[in-house]
Amino acid sequence: MLQRTVPIMILCLSGAVMVLAYFITSAVSWSETVNVWFNVLAAVAYVLGAGNLLTVNLEKISSQRPGWGYSAITLAAFFFMLTVGLFKIGAVPDPAHPTVHLAGDYETAASPYGWMYDWVFSPLTSTMFALLAFYVASAAFRAFRAKNIESILLLGTAFIILLAQTAAGMFLTGWIPEGSAFAFLRLDWMKIAITEYIQTAGMRAITIGIALGVAATSLRLILGIDKSYLPKGGGAA
Amino acid sequence: MSDSPLARLNNLDRRWIFLAMGLSIAIPILLKLRFPEYPGPMARATFNAVEAVPEGSTVLLSFDYDPASAAELQPMASALVHHCAARKLKIVFMALWPLGKKQADGTIDRVLKEFHPGYQYGTDYVQLGFQSGNEGVIKLMATNVPEQYKTDSSGTALTSLPLVAGVKDLSAFKLVASISAGYPGAKEWVQYGNGAMPEAFSIVGGSTGVQVSQLLPYYPKQMEGMLVAVKGAAEYEMLVEQKYPVAKPEVIGQGRVRMGPQLVAHLLMIALIVLGNLAMIAGRSRGGAR
Repeated sequence: MLQRTVPIMILCLSGAVMVLAYFITSAVSWSETVNVWFNVLAAVAYVLGAGNLLTVNLEKISSQRPGWGYSAITLAAFFFMLTVGLFKIGAVPDPAHPTVHLAGDYETAASPYGWMYDWVFSPLTSTMFALLAFYVASAAFRAFRAKNIESILLLGTAFIILLAQTAAGMFLTGWIPEGSAFAFLRLDWMKIAITEYIQTAGMRAITIGIALGVAATSLRLILGIDKSYLPKGGGAA
Repeated sequence: MSDSPLARLNNLDRRWIFLAMGLSIAIPILLKLRFPEYPGPMARATFNAVEAVPEGSTVLLSFDYDPASAAELQPMASALVHHCAARKLKIVFMALWPLGKKQADGTIDRVLKEFHPGYQYGTDYVQLGFQSGNEGVIKLMATNVPEQYKTDSSGTALTSLPLVAGVKDLSAFKLVASISAGYPGAKEWVQYGNGAMPEAFSIVGGSTGVQVSQLLPYYPKQMEGMLVAVKGAAEYEMLVEQKYPVAKPEVIGQGRVRMGPQLVAHLLMIALIVLGNLAMIAGRSRGGAR
């Protein structure tokens, strides 16, 4: 009952309210309540995420699997940030309430939490993202091969976009007058043609397909036909 | 019989590629290479959308990215904040990403406080901060902003902040701008914000290069303007700086600074693709000869 019937009822009611709110003005306040529940649950997901992080990494450390040292560093960093953030350790006192420790600003660079964010976390995540450039370059050299018509088309498109996304596009073809019969040879023109016509047309088709799929799946969930989100092997409804 | 030099490239140690990419980025940065940019239609549309907002109106800027994408998105965020402040628009900051709030805080410090010291917190700008719920936040804001945000990011009740005290729903804003690196972001603002009240406000978006294909279907109708990656930021910066110059162009000029390394890196990528294909052809013909 608790494992199956109650979740189905909550989902059916919430879904129906959200749909009704689009058509009935008086149902808007109900949908707002459902939205507040949703947003609170989304916040709880962060706790679940933290729990999952602990489970995965503690298991790796306890079994001393390869790379367990990284897990230890992950957990040490996690607990450090959690502690200095949660208890506002080293927070800069609030001028309006200098004696109230928890009123202090813990996000400023003068506090341990802010310092760690600005000078450790931020550069590290930026570095991780920047590493992509190196791997993309390596992949471009090894995998981007003109083996058939499709890959040749892909290569041609890549060259146009790569050049048009920089000043090279204007340097190479900017001398062609915009209003002339040869304007289609300008790289900026070709980029717009590719992105706004070919790419957008394909993406619109995909987007409409996804929207129809989402609508169909939502309807199945609201009507209680699709119960795949329920725990398997739970008690009967 | 030994392989030709081109065919031998098939076995090239990838560390040489890493070195070439590192140099192609480092040298333009060290030499401060800058190239002229020519604003495209998307950057112009974004600029015009901000220009069309009446002076004194309130705009909502959603910082939906984190430090990982800041290299690509921060230049356009800085230019957008400067543009709004130069036009004397009231700015409400918020974030759908947990770390977006810190990005907004940094932008307030570097741009708003630096170039627009007359901007007062509470009357000219407000920082709402992050709320969990992804598109749920937008959906609730569409009908009831005070229910979603009872206080600003520092815990001050919205009712005691003149700028947002009377805000009921998203129609209080003339323009919504989302600088986003993915989900939730500009796409969700169009679907759940614009979708709820299509005529109430304009939406402009800034996005990373890899995300742009998801946003293109919404431009230019649902999304009036769009800034795509560093290139879009550089073009937009030019338009903003031409009309509203700043004392320290290095702050509202990071997009153009970053276009130098991007140009050289893109040329390297093209060279690598060509070399890779030549090596493949050389390897094949060698194999055929045998």
